[in-house]
Amino acid sequence: MKDYYTAVSTTGFSNTKTGEEQDSQEIQIKMTKTVRRWEVFPGKNKFYCGGRIMMARQAGVFYLTCALIIITSGLFFAFDCVYLAIKVTPAIPAIGGALFIFVMATLLRTSFSDPGVIPRASAEEAAEMERQNEVANPNSPGTYRPPPRTKEVVIKGQVIKLKYCFTCKIFRPPRASHCSLCDNCVERFDHHCPWVGNCVGRRNYRYFYLFILSLSLLCIYIFACVLTNLILRAQEDNFLTAMKDSPASVIEALVCFFSIWSVVGLAGFHSYLTASELTTNEDIKGTFTAKRGQDNFNPFSKGTLFKNCMGVLCGPNPPSLLDRRGHVVPETETVSHVSVGHAEKDANMVISHHEYYGSTHITTQKTNNIGTSTNPDRPVTVVTDETPPEGIKKRDMISYQTPDGTINNKVPPISGSGVSPGPNCIGKKNHIWDMTLNQLDYLGHRVNIYPVNHGGVNYYRDQNSRQSNPYPLSPGYREDLNQKFVASRGVSTGDFQGVNY
Amino acid sequence: MDQQRSPHTKVFIQRDFSDGIPVKFQTRYPPELEGRVDRATYERTINTINEMFADAESLGSRTYCESCFACLTGYIALLCMDTYYEKTLKKVRIYLEEQNQTIYMSRGVMLIDPAERGLRILEIDISSMDTPQR
Repeated sequence: MKDYYTAVSTTGFSNTKTGEEQDSQEIQIKMTKTVRRWEVFPGKNKFYCGGRIMMARQAGVFYLTCALIIITSGLFFAFDCVYLAIKVTPAIPAIGGALFIFVMATLLRTSFSDPGVIPRASAEEAAEMERQNEVANPNSPGTYRPPPRTKEVVIKGQVIKLKYCFTCKIFRPPRASHCSLCDNCVERFDHHCPWVGNCVGRRNYRYFYLFILSLSLLCIYIFACVLTNLILRAQEDNFLTAMKDSPASVIEALVCFFSIWSVVGLAGFHSYLTASELTTNEDIKGTFTAKRGQDNFNPFSKGTLFKNCMGVLCGPNPPSLLDRRGHVVPETETVSHVSVGHAEKDANMVISHHEYYGSTHITTQKTNNIGTSTNPDRPVTVVTDETPPEGIKKRDMISYQTPDGTINNKVPPISGSGVSPGPNCIGKKNHIWDMTLNQLDYLGHRVNIYPVNHGGVNYYRDQNSRQSNPYPLSPGYREDLNQKFVASRGVSTGDFQGVNY
Repeated sequence: MDQQRSPHTKVFIQRDFSDGIPVKFQTRYPPELEGRVDRATYERTINTINEMFADAESLGSRTYCESCFACLTGYIALLCMDTYYEKTLKKVRIYLEEQNQTIYMSRGVMLIDPAERGLRILEIDISSMDTPQR
């Protein structure tokens, strides 16, 4: 499985066409055998080692963090420790080594683990929720009402609002929040930390907290040792020659000096949060501050500072809910009404990553990407005068879903009610709702390939995208070229900035 | 709409958040089970599951020792051992399988392991008698 993945991801733009075709044929054969869950995961995450490692997509800053820690500590062990071990005590490298190992272990654990992603609702579950809401609104038979956007629960006398997540199709549990960078709802969401290249949530907050705590200790430790080193050397001669003798110490001292303030500050802040059982998210939003009335308190606090700290540091280790290494069981529903292009359902793959298009480009979108997709743009094909490039010709049948839910196999009008480009979506809730509900309405008419267990994840091979996308640099186009399975993703979060997440 | 075509009715038991975020399912008896499973049996099953989860989510001595041990090894130990929570999940699965076999299956009802639905909901499949099975 691993080999297969690397083979895929290296298939770049520049490959020759024949090679690519061979590749994709090979993949197709393999895909029918085993597809693991992580390969069709709908969020924006990167997976390594066959799904064992899970990270956010932008990990550049994470490598910087690693490099800073490893280089600084490396210099410290290579130069200062040698001198200090002889002059002072051999305990110095031993303590430093233990601290360094702990820092790296917690850092990698934070970065590589699932922060507590809540799996998205299966198509059936989402449909059931719509049905319940229809029952709740009997005044309008036949037409769906949007479900209430919030639901209230009472926790220890405190009313907590659960918001509905349009992407994940669930009411988020208390303390959960949707991370726009990873496109996942995360339990006990703290924040998305680019430095560790992952969200920080229920499952990895402990490691994150211990990481910054031990990192601040390591920082202080290295800084102190480096200063000792320089001072001892300066006693033999003057300070300038000491700096010349050990230039590495100067670099370490500078790096430590500048990072100490932020790291220690952060550790202090998170110690406060840990002791009061808050998340960064709640602290910034002021969810439990007394401003809305004196009876506003944190219902999740266990009472005492000590108990709260214990809860974070020694509490239970909740398991990952994603089952990333489980196999996807393709389930083909019996189709009562075959919609367009199912004869070549392997061939006419989607370009479903065009979630967010500015205006009139050739956006050939698949219309049977129902499942979890709440694509904010209607599944509309806007055709300009340009001849479609080669890759598109397989999809010359175009479905157009009209606002009332019917499907026409026609080219829609370019202007008018059918086409609302992305940026205008803000505030047009009805428009979005039409979309979601229509899609749910047509669940039964589609061939849904989704894993039995986690449901609702449609996956498509994206083989045509490279040849067929004529506007690789057009606004809103996401760099999905190396991605093989474009699972139909939910609402582009950009469209929902107006909606309070 | 889907309901008429599908041979199954699905009931989704939502989480009960009244005690905070630990996993706990609502014990309210779903009316769809009327005539198939009696209230007491159903509530016993749900309560047993809830107890198992409550045990896993509480800060007991087992969890405490486990976390401290894992911390001392730099969390490398977690790579090669099952946490208490994971063991509980297995226990819940085995319990539900056993309950399905002994009680629910014969009455056309099946409880789906909540771990397969991300512990968000407990799904109950009810096969409807009037619709012929595929």
